[in-house]
Amino acid sequence: MNDIDRSLLEAVASLHEIPQGAYNIRKDGQSEARNSTDEIRIIPKEGVDGIEIHIAPGTVNQSVHIPVILAKSGIQESVVNDFYIGEGSDVLIVAGCGIHNSGSEDSAHSGVHTFYVGKGAHVKYVEKHYGQGEGTGSRIMNPTTAVYLEEGATMEMDMTQIRGIDSTNRETTIHVGKGAEAVLTERLLTHGTQKAESKVDIFLDGEDSTARILSRSVGQDDSEQVFFPCMTGNDKCFGHVQCDSIIMGNAKISSIPAIRANCTDAQLIHEAAIGKIAGDQLLKLMTLGLTEEEAEEHILNGFLK
Amino acid sequence: MLKIQNLQYSVSAEGKTTGILRGIDLTVEPNHFMVITGPNGGGKTTLAKCIMGLAQPTGGSITWNDTDITHLTITERAKLGVRYGFQHPPRFKGITVRDLLTVAAGRKLSHSEECGLLTQVGLCAKDYLDREVNTSLSGGEVKRIEIATVLAGNANLMIFDEPEAGIDLWSFSRLTETFGALRDKRNATILVISHQERILSMADSILMVSDGKIADRGTPAEILPKIVKDTVFSCKALEPKTEGGN
Repeated sequence: MNDIDRSLLEAVASLHEIPQGAYNIRKDGQSEARNSTDEIRIIPKEGVDGIEIHIAPGTVNQSVHIPVILAKSGIQESVVNDFYIGEGSDVLIVAGCGIHNSGSEDSAHSGVHTFYVGKGAHVKYVEKHYGQGEGTGSRIMNPTTAVYLEEGATMEMDMTQIRGIDSTNRETTIHVGKGAEAVLTERLLTHGTQKAESKVDIFLDGEDSTARILSRSVGQDDSEQVFFPCMTGNDKCFGHVQCDSIIMGNAKISSIPAIRANCTDAQLIHEAAIGKIAGDQLLKLMTLGLTEEEAEEHILNGFLK
Repeated sequence: MLKIQNLQYSVSAEGKTTGILRGIDLTVEPNHFMVITGPNGGGKTTLAKCIMGLAQPTGGSITWNDTDITHLTITERAKLGVRYGFQHPPRFKGITVRDLLTVAAGRKLSHSEECGLLTQVGLCAKDYLDREVNTSLSGGEVKRIEIATVLAGNANLMIFDEPEAGIDLWSFSRLTETFGALRDKRNATILVISHQERILSMADSILMVSDGKIADRGTPAEILPKIVKDTVFSCKALEPKTEGGN
């Protein structure tokens, strides 16, 4: 690995070296390094780019890192990864994709992830998207994620894309079973002429299922963002959608939350807000000694934290 | 020393100019504890904002420790040790009490320093340090955190705009103790806009601001009786009607 690879890995997976435990590092369309453990097996798919990750029932306090880096300009790939998480396990899955594009051709990564989360299992899924490089070619990411939560399973999803990705089209679908819980936190910052669209569909299918969507975004310069978070209650359930956006410069943001109840015991709430940074917030931080630019950065960092 | 000379602040609307501050002359000695009071709309907050740089005066000058700060930015004044507690502090999504205290102090504080600051305003560090300064906090809680951010800065000129507003009776007692302790330390000049008798009575001097001018200045013993007289006994409704009157 060279310095660019290392900086991408650090940005998307907080990795400084090859991680402990199970991992699959994909670079420029090929598997760069892979390791399975007794409990977590990583198997390449046949006939299609991608891997299967099998986590044995009862696996606890273990992690899987599957970062993808594109360092060559012009690579366009689609990867299908399936996760099978055994009953009662408790694991951290760190995905993420970093693109360094120093050329004139577009670089694109489309990740199709499907999670089958067994009864009572708990998964924390962290996904960061990051782009860098001075080339004129675009950096494009189009992730598609599907999650199936069995009875009593919980999944926390932290999905972050701060700067650097020119175009993204994200689709996420989550089916929540009986007594299961999904918490999705999405953080997004676009700038320049970047475009981002995110569609989240959560189906609360089981009795006493719960889900939360927390979306925080910042649109700067001439960038555009569109959000379609939708929560559907098909049984006795609780769902909460909250979308907050800070709009700056000439950005355009659309936030279109929806809630649908197909059961009288479904309790669903949505909130959405778009606004610029409040003047009194800037003034307060300036009275504490920050410049206006530092105050703005501090407010955005806190908002997207 | 704070020296204000012929300070003017006026606003223009529809061709008409209204003077909010109409020639304020004021000298405040180092480490003096002054309470500014007066009727609503009299110019107290505008005066305080002009000192912090939150409002730009249309005339006159402000000198702090021999530096003319009249045209300095808010940030530059803050770096000179001027701090301001807002009457209605803003809320921040995602910024915790600890973050705000760190910014205010300009450095990472030790846990005991953080605890000390929050204890001074009647909050328990364990319950509040990691909480976001957002709408989940009550008005009184935000107000107390606001005061803690002013205290965290080791300022030599602290301005508080109605610190008691929004604070419940139980916490108010703690707050007056905090201001009493600040006064007794004698290491900062303190200006407090307040209408509360308990805060007024602990002042070295009380400044009455009314109609954009200084109406009076003196010790609590001199000023408080006048305030009581003006606010209660000057009320026409309480005056006995004279026979044969309208």
